[in-house]
Amino acid sequence: MDLYRDFILTHYHHPHNFGHLSDPDIDDKKGNPFCGDQISVTIKLTSNKKKVEKINFEGTGCAISIASASLLTDYVTGKDIISIMDLKKEKVIELLGITLSPTRLKCALLPLETIQVSLLSHLR
Amino acid sequence: MFDVQKIRQDFPIINKKINGKPLVYLDSTASSLKPHQVISAENKYYEDYGVNIFRGVYSLSETATEKYEEARKIVAGFIGSSDEREVVFTRNATEAVNLAASSWGRSSLNQGENLVSTVMEHHANIVPWQEICREKKAELRFIDIVNLGQLDLDNLAQLIDQKTRLVALTYVSNVLGTINPVKNIINNIKSINSRTLILLDAAQAVPHLKVNVADLGADFIVFSGHKMLAPTGIGVLWGKYDVLQNMPPYQTGGEMIREVYLDHTIYNEIPYKFEAGTPNIAGTLGLAEAVRYLTGLGMNNVRNHEIEIVDYALNQLGKIKEITIYGPIKARDRGGVIAFNVKGIHPHDLAQILDTDNICIRSGHHCAMPLHQRLNIPASCRASFYIYNTRDEVDKLAEGIQKAQKILTTKD
Repeated sequence: MDLYRDFILTHYHHPHNFGHLSDPDIDDKKGNPFCGDQISVTIKLTSNKKKVEKINFEGTGCAISIASASLLTDYVTGKDIISIMDLKKEKVIELLGITLSPTRLKCALLPLETIQVSLLSHLR
Repeated sequence: MFDVQKIRQDFPIINKKINGKPLVYLDSTASSLKPHQVISAENKYYEDYGVNIFRGVYSLSETATEKYEEARKIVAGFIGSSDEREVVFTRNATEAVNLAASSWGRSSLNQGENLVSTVMEHHANIVPWQEICREKKAELRFIDIVNLGQLDLDNLAQLIDQKTRLVALTYVSNVLGTINPVKNIINNIKSINSRTLILLDAAQAVPHLKVNVADLGADFIVFSGHKMLAPTGIGVLWGKYDVLQNMPPYQTGGEMIREVYLDHTIYNEIPYKFEAGTPNIAGTLGLAEAVRYLTGLGMNNVRNHEIEIVDYALNQLGKIKEITIYGPIKARDRGGVIAFNVKGIHPHDLAQILDTDNICIRSGHHCAMPLHQRLNIPASCRASFYIYNTRDEVDKLAEGIQKAQKILTTKD
């Protein structure tokens, strides 16, 4: 089926940027109350604190949320914080390349929310 | 005579195909399907006498009122209450708990007292009590679970004391399936503190078992219509006459009054005191029809079918590699629900793959987050069974799980 094509499953089984950074600038957590999943990120910023130099994620989730986290952490690496804050759900859907029901969209968006909330707490 | 194939004929949705495939509905614990008899009963109200109750002296209104009150008698009789004034119609079990928590809690609970619930409750039997305890500065305690998901009753004497005003517990767990020995538990609680009230969440019991309020000894029993073949939007708070009588109104306005003056109001008697505004008349008539339907089948037959199908499902699912089934081992000790996890597969992914074959199961925490935390799992899959489910559908579920394993398990 479309949702579980190889591209998604590869990211699910072998996610990029999985783990915990040893010396992060940002260490934050956010759960998806819809299913009890939890994804957390650690972020290392560039020396001017304007860009994401390195980002790792860890936690448990379904294939969609893990694949989304894998793809999204790749995507935001090297990007400046302001542009990451502007990312919308359309970007996540584009990265995943699949059509999602409203329920599963929540799974797909959990990593984006997590990243944005942790960056927001840093900006404040 | 309990004939599943004949029963299935009564459910329009079962006889439709979705994307060319039949529906395998295994989520009756969330909401049951509705037979055409119930759907017709609702329609008949709107088509034949769809006017307000208690208002008009014209005959249509009299008919509607008569049918509405007849429904109350039917529901009371179904749960073994000899006094239909003890049956308050609500939107659902959740509203029934809220009614009790808000009305009884606001007027009777005091600072320094405590309420007791359990870790296996549905959120509907936790959150309303958290709220009232916060408001009243009362303590909320929880009965833990042991082993395979039975309540830890050995510690009851440590939890219940002379300041315990109410115990809110479920009859049947909506996740573990555990059928709690509620009659014994209620006896034990009352022997520790005879003034402690008991609220029983029977949302997973009334649709499946013969429930007799006179026999159980609880003070409140709540359940929802939509889990027992009735429409959505109709539920029941049953309360002992004296307890209800001493409670203030929950919502105020029309219908719940006897006399209104600009500076004060004299409230109506129970149950009307708790039924402000025009109620869900069609839903109530649908509920009465659902009760007729279940009574026609016989609740003992309903229960026996459930035991048979759950027993078969426990066996078939138990054969699957890497599956963990939660709750009691024997079908006899559980309701019509089986929660499980398959190693390496997130419940959402499993439910999604099953959905491609129209197999409907629930995935997530099933409105029981504290229980999932207690079991140390983020989520689970839940298949649940009712009068219309067959062994063939259990087989389809088992095949579907194996298919998901093939798709989702790593190849390397």
